[in-house]
Amino acid sequence: MNFRNFKLNLSNKNKDLIPQILTVLFLILVVIYFTINAQSNMGNRGISFGFGFLSQESSFDITFSLIDYDGSHTYARAFLVGLLNTILVSAIGIFFATILGVTIGIARLSQNYLVAKSAEWYVEIFRNIPLILQIFFWYFAALRALPLTVDSINFYDISFLNVKGWYVPKFVWTNFSIFFYSIIFAFISIYFLAKYAQKQRDKFGKQIPTLYISILLIIGLPFLTFLIGGVSLSFEIPELTQLSKTVYVYQGGVSIIPELISLALALSMYTATFIAENVRAGILGVSKGQKEAAASIGLTKGQILKLVVMPQALRIIIPPTTNQYLNLTKNSSLAAAIAYPDIVLVFAGTALMQTGRAIEIISITMLTYLSLSLSISVFMNWYNKKMAIKEK
Amino acid sequence: MNLSTLKSDKKNLNSFIAFGSALVFIGFVDIILSSFFSTNITAFLPDKISYLTPLLFGLFGLYLIRIEFSGNKLLDKVNTNFNSSNFNALLTLLVIFALIKYIPPLLNWFVFDANFAGNTKEDCTSGGACWVFIKVWLNRFVYGLYPDTEQWRINTAFLTLFLLVGASFFVPQRLKKYIIIFLLFVYPIIGLKLISGGDFGLKYVETGAWGGLSLTFIVSAFALILCFPIGTILALGRRSKLPAIRYTSIGFIELWRGVPLITVLFMSAVMFPMFLPDGTYVDKLIRVLIAITLFEAAYMAEVVRGGLQALPKGQYEAAKSLGMGYWRMHFLIILPQALKLVIPGIANTFLALVKDTPLIFVVGLLELAGMVNLAKTNPKWLGMAMEGYVFAGLVFWVICYVMSRYSQNLERKLKTER
Repeated sequence: MNFRNFKLNLSNKNKDLIPQILTVLFLILVVIYFTINAQSNMGNRGISFGFGFLSQESSFDITFSLIDYDGSHTYARAFLVGLLNTILVSAIGIFFATILGVTIGIARLSQNYLVAKSAEWYVEIFRNIPLILQIFFWYFAALRALPLTVDSINFYDISFLNVKGWYVPKFVWTNFSIFFYSIIFAFISIYFLAKYAQKQRDKFGKQIPTLYISILLIIGLPFLTFLIGGVSLSFEIPELTQLSKTVYVYQGGVSIIPELISLALALSMYTATFIAENVRAGILGVSKGQKEAAASIGLTKGQILKLVVMPQALRIIIPPTTNQYLNLTKNSSLAAAIAYPDIVLVFAGTALMQTGRAIEIISITMLTYLSLSLSISVFMNWYNKKMAIKEK
Repeated sequence: MNLSTLKSDKKNLNSFIAFGSALVFIGFVDIILSSFFSTNITAFLPDKISYLTPLLFGLFGLYLIRIEFSGNKLLDKVNTNFNSSNFNALLTLLVIFALIKYIPPLLNWFVFDANFAGNTKEDCTSGGACWVFIKVWLNRFVYGLYPDTEQWRINTAFLTLFLLVGASFFVPQRLKKYIIIFLLFVYPIIGLKLISGGDFGLKYVETGAWGGLSLTFIVSAFALILCFPIGTILALGRRSKLPAIRYTSIGFIELWRGVPLITVLFMSAVMFPMFLPDGTYVDKLIRVLIAITLFEAAYMAEVVRGGLQALPKGQYEAAKSLGMGYWRMHFLIILPQALKLVIPGIANTFLALVKDTPLIFVVGLLELAGMVNLAKTNPKWLGMAMEGYVFAGLVFWVICYVMSRYSQNLERKLKTER
């Protein structure tokens, strides 16, 4: 069989197979090439590939940590500190971005010309300036203009803002776990209540005031633990103490470092513009006919908003907004620029500098972000499937 | 007192308007006096009430002039746009008062109290912004550390670029094709050679010295040109029916989209050299360009995929029925239509790209924002952070705003065409 004949006899199946084999071969070759180079490079530097370094002593300090940490802890714990800091700033950012974004999105649809215009300009201004510049601005320009420790800005004698950060009272709990369980219990009972209420409504047409009962549960149950569960709460208010002739510090309380403040500010103000646009698009996306139909069957204004407009608008709003939450979390990595100890700065910065294990550390960092993104997109797909309009 | 007797009606509309506007006027006078002349006309009241008086005056005045339909055009306009309910009236007043209170000090800082003359920090005496700082450093902000005597090369490169782009709008269709091909494939090499130098008697300028706004443009332009073909191929790959190719593309796209750019840049800085044979040195700027290109290609792939999905199936079937193969079908029928559909998406990706360029500071390249960071730490110019960031923010804002407006226009234009 000569070559020409072979080529002519290619069946459709083989035609499909060849590019695939080539792709896989190419990938394998690239991986092998990189591995060989990496091995020889690491051999030259006298290090071998492996994750054993994670259990070694880290011997560097981190300025801000949610859990117990100092230089005697391991690299793995340093990673955890960085991860928690990333999660902390993302959570704060998401919380405020949502509030601000929803407010501005609704304001953009206001009948009031001034309000709508101001909201529009807010979006135009903050969306079109690079996030990193906004972080720099808050951190290096705005927060550095705050007064020194001695003449802090005083909020009702319980919290103080100065160039070193924001000092707020610390909650001192006794029997915190009981309080915590009561909140979880409240959420679980609300879940079952909602199920029960839906059943009642579908079967018997009975309306149960779920919202009021839920509010009662979520406030009442934790409150009960204070009365009978032995839970108590006191505040530790930060106090100005003089260390030496010119050095003053606040002791006690919780200090929120300026890095965290500026990062959270910039992240939430930047992301809010995108969320505002999503909210606006969502509300505009509900057709006028829906509202008119709802009004014509006699629903009140509140009912129209709650039962007709919002469920449809949320279906449009939630997917892109989750995407924005994800973006915010990824953008929180800009923390490295102002030395907020997030996972990138602590792990891909300091830990890498000390160990020189570029491949392992960068892979771990990227995998962390990747698993976060992938899990959120898996959740989103599930949610979209659940919320999609089931056409009959 | 029954408020409903105070509801304006048509009969004595004029007196209501007169009284209402007078109250609103008093409110304005109060806020203007207290914020500019530091005199409080309601000082005889308790502190907290006195603070709120402008609002109370304004609210009551607006309440008095609120009427469903008066026949007076101006009044009706005010009522529908600013004063449709108590809540709206409150919002209107709050916005106006905030503008009165905060815009003048801002303007003062920006313009009236600002310093423009002089060459050193000591010339900034009037308390406003010190634009002298920007003036002195402007050269650095635009060209980075590029040697002064060689800056004509950057100027020439960008000027030719603008001329070529401008020319492509005016020359006949026949020539346009060649100009675009020249711009995409030949010009980048010429431009890069002109700026980096080394041959033709041009002094070699290492990439570490490049910087400022020109670097922002260089990085974003190159990344855009390079990421476009890669993104298109990835998009085609993701829609391919061959599993190995499809999963490779999906894996590649999701990998880059799942991680922040800053980790990709870290990777290019510290991890990438480990993967190359010992002793090979790849220039920092090239490494950054590769990293940004791969990162943006993943986003571009998703944009192009959107266009491919939006095309009606009939286009594919028609092309196939003409006997076209995969590549001919895509290059002649599918891609030209799909790409036209996603021009706004491409513009948005480019916008994101421009906004991401400041991140290259992590590998030590200083574009505009990075240069500001450098300048503000100069011992002679300490304390100029505010001016620097405001300037950089303004420059970026203008670039991004113009681009986003252009992409919105494009979107509208393309929508009506279909």
